[in-house]
Parts: sequence; C-alpha cells; structure tokens
Amino acid sequence: MNPAPDPVLAWALALIQTLLFIAAAPLLAGWVKRIKCHMQNRAAPSLFQPYRDLSKLFRKDVVLAENASWLFRAAPYVVFGAFILAASVVPLVAAHLPTAAIADVIVLVGFFALARFFLALAGMDIGTAFGGMGSSREMTIASLAEPAMLMAVFTLAMIASTTNLSVVIEHNLHAGLVLRPSLLFALLALAMVAVAESGRIPVDNPATHLELTMVHEAMILEYSARHLALIEWASQIKLMIYAVLIANIFWPWGIAETFTATALAWGAVAITAKLALIGIFLVVWETVMAKMRLFRVPQFLGFAFLLALLGMLTHVILETGT
Amino acid sequence: MNLASLSLYHQALLVAAALVLFTSFMMLATARIRPLIFAFAWQGALLAIVTALVALVSNHPHLYVSALLTLGLKALLIPWMLHRLSARLNILHEVEPIMHPSMMLVAGAMLVIFSYYVATPIVHLSTLVTRNTIAVSMAVILLGMLLMVSRSKAVAQVVGFMSIENGLFFAAVVSTYGMPMIVELGIAFDVLVAMVLFGVFFFQIRASIDSLDVDRMNRLSEKNE
Repeated sequence: MNPAPDPVLAWALALIQTLLFIAAAPLLAGWVKRIKCHMQNRAAPSLFQPYRDLSKLFRKDVVLAENASWLFRAAPYVVFGAFILAASVVPLVAAHLPTAAIADVIVLVGFFALARFFLALAGMDIGTAFGGMGSSREMTIASLAEPAMLMAVFTLAMIASTTNLSVVIEHNLHAGLVLRPSLLFALLALAMVAVAESGRIPVDNPATHLELTMVHEAMILEYSARHLALIEWASQIKLMIYAVLIANIFWPWGIAETFTATALAWGAVAITAKLALIGIFLVVWETVMAKMRLFRVPQFLGFAFLLALLGMLTHVILETGT
Repeated sequence: MNLASLSLYHQALLVAAALVLFTSFMMLATARIRPLIFAFAWQGALLAIVTALVALVSNHPHLYVSALLTLGLKALLIPWMLHRLSARLNILHEVEPIMHPSMMLVAGAMLVIFSYYVATPIVHLSTLVTRNTIAVSMAVILLGMLLMVSRSKAVAQVVGFMSIENGLFFAAVVSTYGMPMIVELGIAFDVLVAMVLFGVFFFQIRASIDSLDVDRMNRLSEKNE
C-alpha cells in the first residue's frame, strides 16, 4: 500500500473520474456503432454521433401521455442517478479512490436493481401493451441474470477475500501471472451476463424499434426529449460499467495505484486501449451471433449461472485444496 | 496449497482439468448431435493435454505415449467415426429435446459437489501433486452417467458412455500416474472395438424399430397390438 494520499486530492480525483466515466460513455457507444458499421460494410456515423443525439433530445420539448403519473416523470432521474452512483464505484483510471472504498460490488448490483425496478415501473405506468410487455420481459431476464452475476462476483470475492472492487483489482494486479480456472469461468459468466443486461444481440437487439422482439426499447417507448436522453445515456453508462468491470478486474495492468500525473496518464491510456479492444470483441460477437428467441434466454442465462458456479467450485476444488 | 507457488505447467494442468469438466457440461447442455460430437472431441483433446502436462509435472515420460494415444483415439478417430455414422444415419442435424435443461445443469453441479465431498478424504491422505483433480475426474464419470440416463437417443448415449471412459482414464492418470502400458493399450482397443460394435448396433436398432430412440424398446412385446 502506498502512503495515504491527500484526502482533498483523492476526492477531487474521484469526482473527476466519475465525470469522465459519464462523459466517455456515449463515446464507447459511438465506437461500438462505428466498428459495427465497418464490419457490415455500411457507411459509419461519426464517433461523436451519440453526443449529437443526446444534445438534440435535450433541446426538444417533452411530450407526456395524459395518464402519466409522477412516477413516469421521476423514473429517468432515478435511473440516471443510480447509474452515476454506480459509475462512481467502479475504478476507471485509478484504484483506491475514496468512492470505491465506500461501496463494494454488491452495492453496485443493488444500484443496477434499483434502476431496473424504476424503469420497469415506468414502463407499466402509462398502461400501454408494449410497456407492460417490456417490463415483464426485463424483469424475467433480470431475475435470471442477477444470480449469475452475483455468483461470478462471489467467485472473485473468494479469490481476493474481499468484495471491494479496488482491493480485488489490486489483488489481481499483484498476483503476477497465475492461471486460475475459476477466473476464466467467472470472466465468461460475467461477459454473458453483461451481454444480456446491456441488451446486446443474442438477448436483445439495440438497433430495433417497434418490433415484437424488443425488450429495453419496449419499456421506454413512451419517453421523449430529455427523459429519453437521460435513459439512453444511462444505458450507455451501463454498457461502459460492464466493459470497465471486465477490463479492470481481469486485465488490471496499467491502472493507476498512486495519484501522480504519469500514473494517471498511463491509467487513462490503458483503459482507453482496453475499452477499444472490448468494443471490437463485442462487435465481432454481435456480428457472428443471431438474435435468439426470448424463450431460449433462460437457457442462455442458466448457462451463465452454471459457468459462475463452476468458477466457484473449481476455486474450492482445484485451487484451495489442502 | 498456494496456487501462486505452483509452477506454470501445474497451473496450466489445473486449467485444462477444469476445462475437461466444462466440456462435460457442454455435452449436457447441447441438444444437437453434431455439437455433441464436437464437445466430445474437445474433451478428448483436453484430456490429452492434461495427460501430457501430468507427464511433465510428475516426470513420468511414459504418460506422453498415453497422451498421444488419447489424442489420436478420443479426439480424432472416435469422434470422426461417430460423425460419419451420424451422417450416414442422417441424424447430424437432429435436435433432441432435453427434458428440463436448467434442472439438468443444476443436477450436474450437484454431482460435482458430491464428488468433491467423496474425494476429500483421498485428497487429505494423498501426497500426489495432482490430488486436487481427483474430484474433477470423478465428476466427469458421474456427468457421463447423467448424460446417458437423461438422453433417449442411442448416439447421445454412446457419447455419454465414451465420456465415462474419458473420466475413468482421467482418474487413472491423476491418481496413479496412469496404468501399465499393456492395460492401457488393451482398454484403448476395447473402446475402439466397442465403437465399431455400436456402429453395427445403430443400424440394427434402426432397422428393427425405425428410430434410434431407445425408449421405444420398452414397448416391444410379444403381443400384436
């Protein structure tokens, strides 16, 4: 451990990191979209297109359904707030920031659950068929994805003997080159959960509107203008949180442990490179996979749960034996 | 035992052992014949890697021969024969509905925990470097049995049978550093002969009951209904 840094500096860095996280999320979405267009031989939009979309939505007037309650209006702010808090917990450029010390990874899962709960309520609030259908599907997927994610998290916690993200990352960083079957399984499980939870292709298609297969889009169909912008931005942050989690837990090299300018610069470069690579992986995966039927999603997530369980079992059987 | 203090080859051995277990679960979860055969072939290849790594870690050069034998027989020849048979029987793309797929995976996980429980005393007494993998090898045997019990198509049952054999070989390698070469060769040829016989059986079964679904055999009776 390094000598305790100046608390003011640490809190300022935590604030800057959270802001950077939120500001960079649409960039990641733009990057994924751009690579995908290139993969499919289409003309790609600019990398900054998500920012333009968001600013356009913020400038428009809100159209509300007649029977929308306060819940419908409050939900986007709750969702966005939950994701800002979640983003502040995840170490992006530097580990050991005070925000990461306050909350552990189980709280992170809790923030996701809070946001999902309000989004599902808002989907049902208007009373349209699409909203209710989207909410029920989202909750079905979530009820299967959450145990798998928690199980993967517990595997990580057992390896590092803590649930604190910063400490887990530091443990993996200092372990050197150790081949752990449990980490491999946890990585696969977490990747499958991330795909399901952020609405990417085999589970949900992020590019569809007004189709019977949609899940996330069905819930937010009634939203417009700044409400829609907040929700879209929140889902971009969600994708980024999962990508950063996977990148920094399993490939922690380069993350800043001290708060010096060079370490932080290296951390920023490293995480950018890692996210760019993960984006490419995601696009290749989305291009080769076909969207699966909704009724096969439980099987997909059941397999993710099994992988996480196998990770824990192999940790107990193979790695800690007497 | 501290994982980080082991050599890199030993760590790779543990990863390969875990992946063998994973291929068993893959077989439980796949409903189509073709991916089932591929998963079986991968299990054979990973088993060959495990055997070679055990040979390297424990310094038993005769295990390299076993590894080569496993690779040739269980990763290449038998899967190829199964594939050719399935192609000739025209069932390569057939989908066999799995009853309660999620329950099956949970049952598989239970079997892993059970075999860990059973193997714990051995692990405590043994001084082998590979003692931790004994539980995994037992789990592979039990998962092969579960695969045989849960499927009704003859080809899937044969894959389950071969997977049990893989588990037995795995157990022999990690608990006693392999059997004498003459026994090993004998088993290898037995498996090969069994495969040829299964091939003949497939055609016989299909000729007599018009299907490879062995559950229908329960309905054979003397009476003409």
